[in-house]
Amino acid sequence: MPPSDTPSTEAPQGVEGQPQIVFDQVVKRFGELTVLDRLDFAVEPGERVTLIGPSGSGKTTILRLLMTLEKVTEGHIHVAGEPFSHMRRGNHLVPANESYLRRRRRSIGMVFQQFNLFPNMTVRKNVIEAPVHVLGLSKDEADERAVELLELVGLGDKIDAHPTQLSGGQQQRVAIARALAMRPDILLLDEVTSALDPELVAGVLDVLRQVAESTDITMLCVTHEMGFARDVSHRVLMFDKGRIAEEGTPEQIFEDPREERTRSFLRSVLDNGF
Amino acid sequence: MTFWDMEFTAEAMPDLLSGLWVTVQATVMGYLIALTLGLLIAVVRRVRVLGALVHGVMEFIRTTPLVAQLVFVFLLAPSTVTAMTVGVVVLGVHYSAYTAEVYRSGIEGVAKGQWEAARALSLPASRTWGAIVLPQAIRKVIPALGNYLIAMFKDTPLLFAIGVAELLTQAQRIGSVSFRLVEAYTLVGFLFLAVSIPSAILIRRLERRYAAV
Repeated sequence: MPPSDTPSTEAPQGVEGQPQIVFDQVVKRFGELTVLDRLDFAVEPGERVTLIGPSGSGKTTILRLLMTLEKVTEGHIHVAGEPFSHMRRGNHLVPANESYLRRRRRSIGMVFQQFNLFPNMTVRKNVIEAPVHVLGLSKDEADERAVELLELVGLGDKIDAHPTQLSGGQQQRVAIARALAMRPDILLLDEVTSALDPELVAGVLDVLRQVAESTDITMLCVTHEMGFARDVSHRVLMFDKGRIAEEGTPEQIFEDPREERTRSFLRSVLDNGF
Repeated sequence: MTFWDMEFTAEAMPDLLSGLWVTVQATVMGYLIALTLGLLIAVVRRVRVLGALVHGVMEFIRTTPLVAQLVFVFLLAPSTVTAMTVGVVVLGVHYSAYTAEVYRSGIEGVAKGQWEAARALSLPASRTWGAIVLPQAIRKVIPALGNYLIAMFKDTPLLFAIGVAELLTQAQRIGSVSFRLVEAYTLVGFLFLAVSIPSAILIRRLERRYAAV
């Protein structure tokens, strides 16, 4: 494939028709509040899906469930054909325990709105911490990987800096490198540019475009950056009140939305200068 | 009889200094116990059932007088255990109830995002605590922990109650033999100051150094 400015948005073919992520009638409640309401959807391997919708519509909760920062109230999540929110015990599915979750979520990386770099470590240590202590890489191997990834995000010269010495945009690029250092199959992006000053947004999005272009990582992306969503995603899911209100290709959703809810949401986002 | 007897001062000094040395030793050893045990307690307190139990014990320790705890443990301890050992251990355990609270506030001060990032990277609990949460938490509470070192130092005269030959005990002994109680106790005051003022200055420096980051 010739290099292009924007990654291909042709939907990838699933490996043997096996979806990478499946939400099966997933319900998430916080007390009385239902955040996800019997949600069904599937994501193919290598597919890049953008989740949009008003705040409180459940988009971020989907990412947090996959990162096992939250537990499902009802329903099941499957990842790579295996139960994820639950584990097999005999012929039954029981809620997954901590060690099962730890093993399964290794294949998933996450980048947070607030970067969440470890301020007591250098950039290098931030990136090699998990490869060394989770994957068991040697210091040298991990270091090589860190150098490579920091070059990719354009911060090769900041490897021995501390996070506090970096701008928000640079911190977020380190956070991307840190997540990629685990060689995840799935990358979750939670409003990764929302906490950035406007002039720093482009740098982070460029890095993500490059990641989308050069890897076949499955990406789930919650964002208000509609231009970015249009460039990189194969599919856009519009959420409202814990359900999918509408889904389609970026062209379909942004140019010709069927649902009034989608139209009014897109209007409000565009009016706010996103 | 003069108001201040220099000759007596010179004579009493060696005994007082050996008392001061015992005081310093008791403080340092007790403090090391308070630092490590307090940290352990702060971490264990986050475990559900065990945490509540430990919390109850700590509340009990904090709401009863240190001197009563000293005497109580001293009376219960087998006779092979020296008063100094009892003193150091009780002092350390007593203060660990306070240092645990300090550590706890430090741990709670670590941003939620740090825990989430550690989880997102699948880091084991040992790394999450050892490499991420505790280094950040402890850094923040170093000044508060330092203040407890001085507080403990000032509490060591309570070891007098179980007969540890610390500074106050020595002064009491010398004073009652020579009837020069004014000199003896005044010297105790000066010796305490001679240690606690430099310590306070040192701790304030640490405070500034860590507050700056």
